[in-house]
Formats: sequence, C-alpha cells, structure tokens
Amino acid sequence: MSPLLSWALVFALGCLALAMMLALARMIIGPRAEDRVLAFDCLYQNTMLVILALGLVYRSSSYFEAALLIALFGFVGSTAMSKFLLRGEIIE
Amino acid sequence: MNTWAPAWVDALTALLVGGGALAALIGSFGVLRLKSFFQRVHAPTLGATLGTWGFTLATAVQVSFERGQLYLHALLIAVFIALTVPVTTIFLMRAAVFRARLRGEEIPVPGADEPPRD
Repeated sequence: MSPLLSWALVFALGCLALAMMLALARMIIGPRAEDRVLAFDCLYQNTMLVILALGLVYRSSSYFEAALLIALFGFVGSTAMSKFLLRGEIIE
Repeated sequence: MNTWAPAWVDALTALLVGGGALAALIGSFGVLRLKSFFQRVHAPTLGATLGTWGFTLATAVQVSFERGQLYLHALLIAVFIALTVPVTTIFLMRAAVFRARLRGEEIPVPGADEPPRD
C-alpha cells in the first residue's frame, strides 16, 4: 500500500470518527424521539463506512460481510422504530 | 494473490475514500447543526449516497486490481443502501408529520417559502 493511500485511510477514519461523534451528540440532545431515530440512522451508516475502511486497511474480505450485516440490521431497526413512532406498535 | 496495485489505482482509491468520508462528515454535521427536524432529515442522505458509493467503489477497484480478478461484491452494499434508505426516510417523515399534527404544531407546507408565481 502506498503512503498516499494509507494517509487517505487515516484521514477517512478520522473524519468518520468525528461524524459518529456528531451523530451521537444529536442522539443525546435530540429534543424528540424522531430526532434520535434519525441520529441512529446516521450513526449506523457511519459505522458501516468505518467497517468498509477497516476492510481496506487490513486487506480482509470478511469485513464486507460485517458491513452488509450492519446495513441490513440498521435498516430493520430504524424501520421498526419509525413504525413504532407512527402507530404505537410494530406488528398489528 | 499479490498485494500490489499500480500507483494510479492507489490514487483513485485514496480520492474515493477521502471524498466519501468528507461527504459522510458533512452529512453528520448537518444532522447536528440544522434547526428543525424537517431540515435535519435531509442531511444524512449525503452520507448514504456519496459516502457509500465512494467507499464501495474504492473497495471494488482496489481489491480487483490487487487480486487480478473482478471483485464487485462491495457494490451490493451500495445497491442495498440505495434501496432501503428512502424507505426508512419516508417512514420517519410520516411519523414526524403525524406526531407534529398530534401536538398541534405548524408543519412546513411544500413550496410555502417560495415566492408566489405570477
């Protein structure tokens, strides 16, 4: 790996760590429940990008499956939470 | 399997990764910074589109050149995110509109802040 790429990956991981902290701050201070669900949505997308970047750093293809699972369960989770906010229950 | 790729592939990967991470950072900053929920809901789409496509394209390009064979599995994540994120956003916006109506708040009407057309 060239030094350019390794520094770009360090930069990307730093940016994503900062982005996760910003989303977490909104999740903590969020005035309402829908703000917290939105922040959770943003947080799991950033986590998925971090896992993809780590897969590039460590040259392993099993990180791809972890990222796919995070995307899948993040979607299920935030859909269920939005449905709960809308109707008061999830399965009716 | 050789762990070597041409310099321009490394440069392209670095560009895609840096751009995607910047897009995700700007999107998360918008989530924290914007004032009302109906403005904030637009911000994470930046990370969901530019960020995800940047990172998955970077993975596909880099691993394809390192292994010497086509490796497109990572694009599956981008396709999946492109299918699922609008669904989540629509559910969340409907829930927010419903709850705001329940509290009797003002809901922004589409096109209300545009100047009237003559």
